[in-house]
Amino acid sequence: MKDFSNLISAIEITNKTNAKIDALVNYFKVVPDKDKLWLIALFTGKRPSRPVKTNLMKSWVLEITKLPEWLFLESYASVGDLGETIALLLPNPEDEIEKPLHIWIEELINLKPKTDEEKKAYVLKAWNGLQAQERLIFNKLIGGSFRIGVSKKTLVNALAKLSGIDANQLMHSIIGNWSPDSISFDDLLNGEHINYDNSKPYPFCLAYSLEKELQDLGDEKDWQLEYKWDGIRGQIIKRKEEVFIWSRGEELVTQQFPELVAAVSQLEGSFVIDGEILAIKDSAVLLFNDLQKRLNRKNVTKKLLEEVPVGLYVYDLLELDAVDLRTFSMEERRMRLEQLFNKNTSDILYLSEVIDFKNWNELDTLRNAARSFNSEGLMLKKKTSNYHVGRKKGDWWKWKVDPLTIDAVMIYAQKGSGRRSSKYTDYTFAVKNEDKLVTVAKAYSGLTDMEITEISKWVNKNAIEKFGPVRTVKAELVFEIAFEGIAYSKRHKSGVALRFPRIKRWRKDKTVKDIDTIDSVKALIEAN
Amino acid sequence: MFKSVAFILKLVKFTKKGIYCIPGKFYLDPWYPVDYAVISHGHADHSRYGNKHYLCQNDSKAIIKHRLGKDISIESLGYNQPKNINRVQVSFFPAGHVIGSAQIRLEYKGYVVVFSGDYKTQPDFISTPYEPVKCHEFITESTFGLPIYKWKKEEELQAELTNWVLQNQQNNRTSVFLGYSLGKAQRIMKLIEGVDDIYVHSAINNLNNAISGAGIELPKTTLLNYDFKKAAIQNKIVILPPALLGSRMLKKIPNAATAICSGWMHIRGNRRWKGVDAGFSISDHADWDGLLAAVKATEAEKVHVTHGSQAVFSKYLNEIGIEAHELKTEFGEDEFAKDEETKTENA
Repeated sequence: MKDFSNLISAIEITNKTNAKIDALVNYFKVVPDKDKLWLIALFTGKRPSRPVKTNLMKSWVLEITKLPEWLFLESYASVGDLGETIALLLPNPEDEIEKPLHIWIEELINLKPKTDEEKKAYVLKAWNGLQAQERLIFNKLIGGSFRIGVSKKTLVNALAKLSGIDANQLMHSIIGNWSPDSISFDDLLNGEHINYDNSKPYPFCLAYSLEKELQDLGDEKDWQLEYKWDGIRGQIIKRKEEVFIWSRGEELVTQQFPELVAAVSQLEGSFVIDGEILAIKDSAVLLFNDLQKRLNRKNVTKKLLEEVPVGLYVYDLLELDAVDLRTFSMEERRMRLEQLFNKNTSDILYLSEVIDFKNWNELDTLRNAARSFNSEGLMLKKKTSNYHVGRKKGDWWKWKVDPLTIDAVMIYAQKGSGRRSSKYTDYTFAVKNEDKLVTVAKAYSGLTDMEITEISKWVNKNAIEKFGPVRTVKAELVFEIAFEGIAYSKRHKSGVALRFPRIKRWRKDKTVKDIDTIDSVKALIEAN
Repeated sequence: MFKSVAFILKLVKFTKKGIYCIPGKFYLDPWYPVDYAVISHGHADHSRYGNKHYLCQNDSKAIIKHRLGKDISIESLGYNQPKNINRVQVSFFPAGHVIGSAQIRLEYKGYVVVFSGDYKTQPDFISTPYEPVKCHEFITESTFGLPIYKWKKEEELQAELTNWVLQNQQNNRTSVFLGYSLGKAQRIMKLIEGVDDIYVHSAINNLNNAISGAGIELPKTTLLNYDFKKAAIQNKIVILPPALLGSRMLKKIPNAATAICSGWMHIRGNRRWKGVDAGFSISDHADWDGLLAAVKATEAEKVHVTHGSQAVFSKYLNEIGIEAHELKTEFGEDEFAKDEETKTENA
């Protein structure tokens, strides 16, 4: 476990992706194949089910340390991670146990059907034989997830560096159907269990933000105008009756969207299409917040499928019947895409609408109206453009709606998780409702580390509660909150829901007297 | 009996300017200017500008003069060398926090109050080890007042830092430690003495000079000038004040591997927050067991808990049968960020 523990330490301390990749490569070079396979399994969500309940672990810690429960919880609130809290609270080990990663995992798998007493004996022995950092890892192996900033993509890049095999092929391999018991490390990397020819994606073509006057783009007739959507950009591949969905981050997300897989399987022919995966209910596009409920789930339940159904807005056609169309013009690709869809229909696949316009000066109105149906703005694509590799200036432009903003006061602060667990990073904001305050948004992003540090200090001094993870604070700090949309909502006490709220800036120049009222916030709904 | 309770309340009182000794007519580590300040140690949040007169432990004198000015009115005492001020007997006892750090003991008509200042119960290689002092009332800090804080022994830390430096050298990297210039810097110097040449920032160098000038022996170091030669320090050891994290000077150091040394580094979230290459949990404050042992050793009837986890620690003390109260002070809680003086020197 020492190697694995050192790897985790090395990875989590750095925020440089290359350093993480190097640490992974070094690890892969020294450990047995079984350990490598388990590492890949752990980092790709193939974790064995939890053998010991959290509550049992907590009760054993209280028994060993003789600490009152409230102090355990207070420690947990300060550390922000249960496995780590336990590791730190336990007394120093009296023993030293060294076993490779895969042995630990196999033992934990075997532990699952045992009695609580047997589990206790095993876990206590392990705790007493491991240093704090290894203990933390051991606790993580039992339950929690490793939030250490290693994406599948990082893992794949490390494997690519180690083996020289194409990263996308490796992505398919590690996502594919395998288990550490059923395959050797070399076979996994070589993709013996998959057919990469079927899943191979193309690099995405990306747009720049519009930075010039529309008039300078030239003739209106040369441009294809579409709405811009805020979902998951995806490349959907259907080859030889197999369907794959790649995200823009080059991760295979096929399993997350079973209804899309089913819909695409119904279409005739082999093709690669580019589109936006969106939460769509009764033909209306929902907010990104809704779609988020569908992301990174190990299991997509029936309930979730009904609650947040997804659909695809199709933008482009990159390959048809094994022919690469990327050097064809946008206009031709669009024509073929429309033909493909004319042959086929599906309830959840939508062709991205090409907006008819005659004059550049119509676009401003169109853009401002976009928000009302949850579009992010407009896309301009030159009709002669190829499907480029990555970002190339000049052919594709995005023109987003300006965000809406309000001034609100912070009323609750909570510590973050992972890297942010030591600071108050998650805030709740309120606006005035007559002489009271009413919550309108939670936001986590938009501040610099220095601002977060300063606010954390302020929270420590100005918190009304002294215990627990959430701190009610004096309503004093004012922030400008930006968001993409606003709608009436019955679920929220304030009666409004903001779409993608984030902190635009800390308004040190304003006091709680200057914040918006719920009426002025609601007025934004009418205005948009 | 009744009478003695009456004056217990009068020996010290907690005021806006700081902890005030009523019969002695002086303040302990005041945070606003006063006529007579008794100082526990040289850190900026405990010894502040503007007091008319200072009294401190002998080893702190040079440090405080260095930081607050040569012309301040200051006198000093050795450890356990009492002085009477308005019939209050004042004496200093080792606090084990940094060089010259002291607990302040006040005795008046047989009643004893001890103010811990900042303290660390575990010995290091450089400051005079902490000594428990029996008292009726104990005013304790609680910076790391949670049971998750458990420090490693000095020998283990020595091995950890040494290994890190050696590993960096194998990878052709220069080891840069970030630590508070008074206390942490000297402790790091002592922990890695003899591993390789140590270069220090001018803020640390100036303090080192003040400390050695007072007759205390420190490991050999070299001043890191602003126009240093990169080749000279490649693969060596550099110690900088924490304020220089992200500075141009740090960026100029060839292949720097950076490490923060602070008790807060005990928690992963903190190590990851700072975006450095390593975080060593090295603190000059008492850990949980240290705080508890210290409180118990004083046999105090009443404990006042100041800066840090005062709510948690005093609640716990009350539960185990020790009367404890929270006390709001303006001493810094952030062991890492209180390096005020270095910022001005580099401005």
